[in-house]
Amino acid sequence: MSNIIVLPILIPVLAGSLLILLVKKHRIQRFMSGLSAIATLVASLFLAVYIYTNDGIAALELGTWPAPFGIVMVADLLSVTVVVVTSLVGVCCLFFAFRTMHRERERYYFHPLFFFLITGVNGAALTGDLFNLFVFFEVMLLSSYALIVIGGTKFQLRESFKYTIINIFASMLFLAGIAYLYGITGTLNMAHIAERLDGLDEAGALPVVAIVFFIVFAMKGALFPLYFWLPRAYYGAPIAITALFGGLLTKVGVYAIIRTYTLIFTQDVAFTHHFLILLIAGFTMLLGVLGAVSSFDLKKILAYHIISQLGYIVIGIGLFTPLAMAGTIFYYFHHIFVKTSLLLFSGVVERITGTTDLKKTGGILKTHPSLAWLFLIPALSIAGIPPLSGFFGKFALVLESLQEASYLIAFVAMFVGLLTLFSMLKIFINAFWGEQKHTNKQAQTPIMDVLAPVLPLVFLTIIIGVGAQWSFGFSMEIAEQLLDPSIYIDSVLKE
Amino acid sequence: MRYSRSHDVMQRVLLITTSYFVLAYSLYFLFAGHNNPGGGFIGGLTTACALAFIYLVFDRDTANEYIRFTFPALISIGLVLSLGTGAIGFFANDNYLTQYFDYFEIPFFGEVELTTALPFDLGIYFVVVGAAMVIMLTIADDEKEENEN
Repeated sequence: MSNIIVLPILIPVLAGSLLILLVKKHRIQRFMSGLSAIATLVASLFLAVYIYTNDGIAALELGTWPAPFGIVMVADLLSVTVVVVTSLVGVCCLFFAFRTMHRERERYYFHPLFFFLITGVNGAALTGDLFNLFVFFEVMLLSSYALIVIGGTKFQLRESFKYTIINIFASMLFLAGIAYLYGITGTLNMAHIAERLDGLDEAGALPVVAIVFFIVFAMKGALFPLYFWLPRAYYGAPIAITALFGGLLTKVGVYAIIRTYTLIFTQDVAFTHHFLILLIAGFTMLLGVLGAVSSFDLKKILAYHIISQLGYIVIGIGLFTPLAMAGTIFYYFHHIFVKTSLLLFSGVVERITGTTDLKKTGGILKTHPSLAWLFLIPALSIAGIPPLSGFFGKFALVLESLQEASYLIAFVAMFVGLLTLFSMLKIFINAFWGEQKHTNKQAQTPIMDVLAPVLPLVFLTIIIGVGAQWSFGFSMEIAEQLLDPSIYIDSVLKE
Repeated sequence: MRYSRSHDVMQRVLLITTSYFVLAYSLYFLFAGHNNPGGGFIGGLTTACALAFIYLVFDRDTANEYIRFTFPALISIGLVLSLGTGAIGFFANDNYLTQYFDYFEIPFFGEVELTTALPFDLGIYFVVVGAAMVIMLTIADDEKEENEN
């Protein structure tokens, strides 16, 4: 029965391989890929329900090789939720791409690469050993290298070159870090590593390894000071792809930080968590939002906001208390919904006006009111206005940092929230209010078909905000499971 | 990859003869892989080497007349074969990727061990041949386009 753990990885990878054959057949390809995306979502939901009703954690030993020796897949509450959200965002972005992507671009293996990307993200969430984490990272990154240049404009090629180089460098460091850890513990199975490091009196070389891993995941997750590649790299790609990347790719880096920093690197919490991560979180928030305030382009502002919001997510890991971790988890999912929907909406704005430069847009509220009001929901949510989801994530994080006497980080978080609100209003005022700057012909652009795929995400940011009692309780459950590594270890090693 | 445009007889004979040996070796690697060093990956790379020889001796268009594979399709078939073999576990109520094997009496060969690891390895073999050839031919095409410009 625990074979279903592998389904959210198996379905997309099978779909991707079959779609390679169909790359010239436009209609069948779309039909197949839509169907497989939905199948992935259904399988993920099925897995989530199964895990939630059965102890909240399950492990699968691939090929029946026993745990520390063979490859294990582990599904706990955090990873199944990541898988469900990934599959959902995948479905939304795919259906958005159907309406907006050029047929020419689809012919360059968009669909197979899309599914390999989903495979990588789901795999990274479900894997139980560090080396396979690396492998799934690579699966995800290799497809992202190809997706980000689809279309092949000069700008895309230049920016994706930097993206590729920095990620290859990070992967190299990742391998080095794995080698260090293997040298120290003699195993790569995460549960086994955690078991061997448990109760260690002296940290020894481990904080160094922890920092190597942190640098790796910070590069992939675009944290300070290694975020510079993100805004421009994401700017060039078609918007459905940018939204997918903005929603998922950087989050996988953060997921890896959450996983390794709760399970493995808990020896020197005062240094690695309370000092290092909090420091980085503060700078990431602040510099990310300053980048957003200083730009005047819709897509670029949103891309900078990805960075500053990642700072928020990381705060909770730095504070390392149950409530703060719950805040992090909550913020993590809130951010995926909100950021993906905002980026997709910016694609709709681009479709209407033909530009994302805020100086050349205006008055969309009059011609396309539905888009404007729908945009406002995630925009307010990301700025942290109750009762939308952003408020509860921020509230938990700020409250806990005050209780833990980290006043500075609480201050920075609130200040950044203010600037976020400012730049969201800047978008709203310049793009939606004011004089109509697009032509009357452009004002007739039908947009209902492209708004529809985004609706589930907007709906979810309202739901998890209004139903915060339930959704935050669920985050608390995930956080408590994370902060008790023995659950994970026992379930994998079956002791 | 620079195709040989000269009619160098020595080079031609040598490369064609070598490619036979390399191909034979690659199959040996593929089948030896289960219990000895070797396997789908190394076998695939060796096969790709042999195919690259053929592309080196003849130019691409001539070689394509003889090697009628669309290599991306080969990647796809290989992936499906490997993943599909692993999925037998789903139906047999075992873990995914579980290996099954048994001994069979086959005329002429005698007792042979047949395993599901073989189709899995064959899938890997296809993926590696496909990927290696796609990479080589794509890079070779770049040069061709540059020359035409």
